[in-house]
Amino acid sequence: MMSTSLAPRKLFDQNWKRIIFWGSICALSQVFICLVGLPAELDRRILIKSTLSLGYLFIIWVPLVFGYVVSKMVELEGIENPKPGPADLLSGAVTGLLGGLGLVILMLGIDNFDLRDPLLNWNPRLFRLLTFENGIGFGSMVWLLSGVGLGTLGAALHQMTSRIRKMIAYATFGLFILAVLEDVIDDLSEGLRLEWLSDMIYDKKGGVTVTSAIVIAVVLALIPMVTRGKIKEKVTQYRSNEEPGDQQRNSIILFALVAVVFLVLPWFLGGIVNELLANVGLFLLLALGLNIVVGLAGLLDLGYVAFFAVGGYTTAVFTSPNSPWFSPETHFGISLLAVVVMATLAGLLIGAPVIRMRGDYLAIVTLGFGEIIRLLFLSDWLKPYLGGSQGITNIPGIDLGPWEVRGADPRSVFYMVLAFCVLAIYVSWRLQGSRLGRAWMAIREDESVAEVMGINTVNSKLMAFVVGAVLASFSGAVLAAKVGSVFPKSFEILVSIIILVVVIVGGMGSITGVMVGSLVLIGILGGPRQPGLLQEFQNYKLLIYGALLVFMMLKRPEGLVPTARRTRELHQEEYLQDAWLGDDDSDQQEEAGERV
Amino acid sequence: MSEILKKKSKNRVSGVDRFLNFIRVVMATLIVVGVLAFIGQQIWPENPFAEWRNPDARGLTGDQFKGLIVSGLSQGAMYGLIALGYSMVYGVLGFINFAHGEVFMVGTMSGWIMSEKLNDAGLWESNFILSLFLIIFVAIATSTITAIITERIAYRPLRNSPRLIPLITSIGVSFFIQNAALGLFGPTSKGYPRLPEWLSKQRSILTVEVAGTKILVVIVAALSMGGLWYLVERTQTGRAMRAVAEDKEIASLMGINVNRTIVITFGVGGAMAGVGGILWGLLFRSVTHMTGFLPGIKAFTAAVVGGIGNMGGAMAGGVFLGSAESIAPMVILEPLGVPGVSQLKDAVAFTVLVLVLLFKPSGLFGERLSQEDRA
Repeated sequence: MMSTSLAPRKLFDQNWKRIIFWGSICALSQVFICLVGLPAELDRRILIKSTLSLGYLFIIWVPLVFGYVVSKMVELEGIENPKPGPADLLSGAVTGLLGGLGLVILMLGIDNFDLRDPLLNWNPRLFRLLTFENGIGFGSMVWLLSGVGLGTLGAALHQMTSRIRKMIAYATFGLFILAVLEDVIDDLSEGLRLEWLSDMIYDKKGGVTVTSAIVIAVVLALIPMVTRGKIKEKVTQYRSNEEPGDQQRNSIILFALVAVVFLVLPWFLGGIVNELLANVGLFLLLALGLNIVVGLAGLLDLGYVAFFAVGGYTTAVFTSPNSPWFSPETHFGISLLAVVVMATLAGLLIGAPVIRMRGDYLAIVTLGFGEIIRLLFLSDWLKPYLGGSQGITNIPGIDLGPWEVRGADPRSVFYMVLAFCVLAIYVSWRLQGSRLGRAWMAIREDESVAEVMGINTVNSKLMAFVVGAVLASFSGAVLAAKVGSVFPKSFEILVSIIILVVVIVGGMGSITGVMVGSLVLIGILGGPRQPGLLQEFQNYKLLIYGALLVFMMLKRPEGLVPTARRTRELHQEEYLQDAWLGDDDSDQQEEAGERV
Repeated sequence: MSEILKKKSKNRVSGVDRFLNFIRVVMATLIVVGVLAFIGQQIWPENPFAEWRNPDARGLTGDQFKGLIVSGLSQGAMYGLIALGYSMVYGVLGFINFAHGEVFMVGTMSGWIMSEKLNDAGLWESNFILSLFLIIFVAIATSTITAIITERIAYRPLRNSPRLIPLITSIGVSFFIQNAALGLFGPTSKGYPRLPEWLSKQRSILTVEVAGTKILVVIVAALSMGGLWYLVERTQTGRAMRAVAEDKEIASLMGINVNRTIVITFGVGGAMAGVGGILWGLLFRSVTHMTGFLPGIKAFTAAVVGGIGNMGGAMAGGVFLGSAESIAPMVILEPLGVPGVSQLKDAVAFTVLVLVLLFKPSGLFGERLSQEDRA
């Protein structure tokens, strides 16, 4: 609850030090974003025709966020804050102004000095972009004014009623999502013979047209006006009334519905989007496996890509006529058995030595194992068996009687991946509540206590490794059949890290979270080599993944779709504090946590 | 009933132990056989044991062997410098700062920029010593600042969270810095300017032919190590650092500013990484945004080999790892009949990590950690 009994601050009663601090950080981040090359590279992607490109979006969100941050008040129990007023707007505006000033200085710098030697993006292209090809004066005016405006807007977000805030959020995010999903919607409307729809929304050369952007923004903004939070009310009411059994049944129905949608959808989609969905599925499979290892058992396995590689290489050796060592070609089904066996062995082999190690040693040692396996695949030593750096090529598709799954037909690959994903989801879901799953969670929370409670920690951890390994190897097997070749280069450490980001952003230990995480991250930004919807991000993907990882760890370590148990674990101290401050409060918190 | 259970669980546990023992024995046997075969080749190349796995191998000449040791030593001195940062941070905060390799890369990168500018200005050729001091100063400054900023932004808010959380954060920081460098400076490999003739030429020291650069690397590393030892063991700040490493709460009760001490620890670790970065630049004369990744992990390995939290151990571990990685492929793998051994250099480094943790998890020289970190 906000305590608002004090009068608002006077206009110039500001904490100037704080404003200058945040303002200069705002300026520095804007300059950094420009110099890293994000605006120049992403300028190709137009979000709203002739008004906003993704590149500019990357500059203008900064003052908004910093304006929001600088005018945020720290709420402390027992201390009253002054009512928010125009003074807060001013602090937001000054922060935005300082941010704009940073860009002005950058423009002057580019104009007068030549730093192109070390700094790649210190070039006329960035200068043209920043000045809108209209000279420094015009550019400076625009950036200063927009900085002030956006900073004020950011500060004003605190003072709006929640409904207006919701309206703004719906309109901006809705528009953004619509612009990002352009390819998908285009493709889908073509499949559904609704070309007029996409023609109406989007311009021919890409981007939402200005008129439709305004119309859509207004429509989206009206949604919260009309519903007035009724939907959320209904959902909470429904959730609190239902029996746990019914809830479970409902979630099964929901999953089935989603599955049906995914079964039907590919028929209306073109090759590119299907390919994208297949990639998402492959990474979802990996993420579900890692979710068991990291999310449930709490073993930070950074060499997870090793199992992916084992799956891919086993399939390649068994099915390809080109594999140098094992000449008979077997059917994918038989090779899948081999994949399971090999993955289990690999899981045991990597798992056993690290099982007694401290959590962080385990991370580094598994990372080491991942690299060792990649280097072995690459080496001349195993070249007679695995092809060295040339890898193994000519892997046939999967022959399923009437159908054939091969890379050229992304729809079939998608169905194949979907089947594996459904299997993986079922397995993880059943494991979660099982004796083994509960043992994993106990180990994650406190290993020594778990051991004292009679859990065989060694075996449980090994099982986690094995299950994770098998799921990852399935993904590797499908990838091999899809791409038709395996190279050591496809199995770099990067893959492990990206899957880790997916699991963490989605929510460790939560199946829905992992699904959301892979759909959003892999679908939009893309995997290590696979482009996502925003192909322009190719070079900046890892930068954003890194920043995202840090941000999530700092602000929301339980992920986007958290599980109740994990949340409580991570915010234990806050719960304890709440309990200390007032017993009633903490009970409610507990219940709320239960329901999430 | 309970006795049966007990027996059963005991049996199960010893299954893994038996497997681990098996791995230990196999690895030890491989190493011993490899070394013996190598010695056999050296003494009498035609003997059947030496020819058993690899009939083509003829061992190494004395000069080759000396060359391997010297390059291993100079490489190892660098690993040691980076390892100090891991070791100090682990000792004080109890988590692996995965981004430390990137701090090292930042040092190398800033050294490159500075040396380019100095080369353009002509100072690099006319007064190399001064420019060397300048680039070392710049590298130390940037690396220290990077380390301190990451501590402030990413690690300080997480100080009391579960142990894996800061580790995951540091992975994110590492990727962020790596790719920020990629975006700022581009993907091409950047070359340091040519070193003056008097430095890079071969010199003979105690019958060993050594490139002058390698001598410089070892000397600078030794000097930095000495300075660090003095700082930690003989000054007030160092005592504060040791106290914080032992127990943060009690240290703060004793009037030590824990936050400040932790920042200093990060800063000193960053400075060491900066020196290491310049040495890397002088030795290999090229840097990319990926430069920090492998040396970072290897330096962590070095810290573990020497016993994490133990500073002398970190340096010794670095030297051990550097020599192992340059010698072991030729001495152990080649006689065992493995072709293309030089490709497996990195794999050897990681195997050393696994072996050390299998045989002596506390490192060769023992850990120096506070009670709470050992859990």
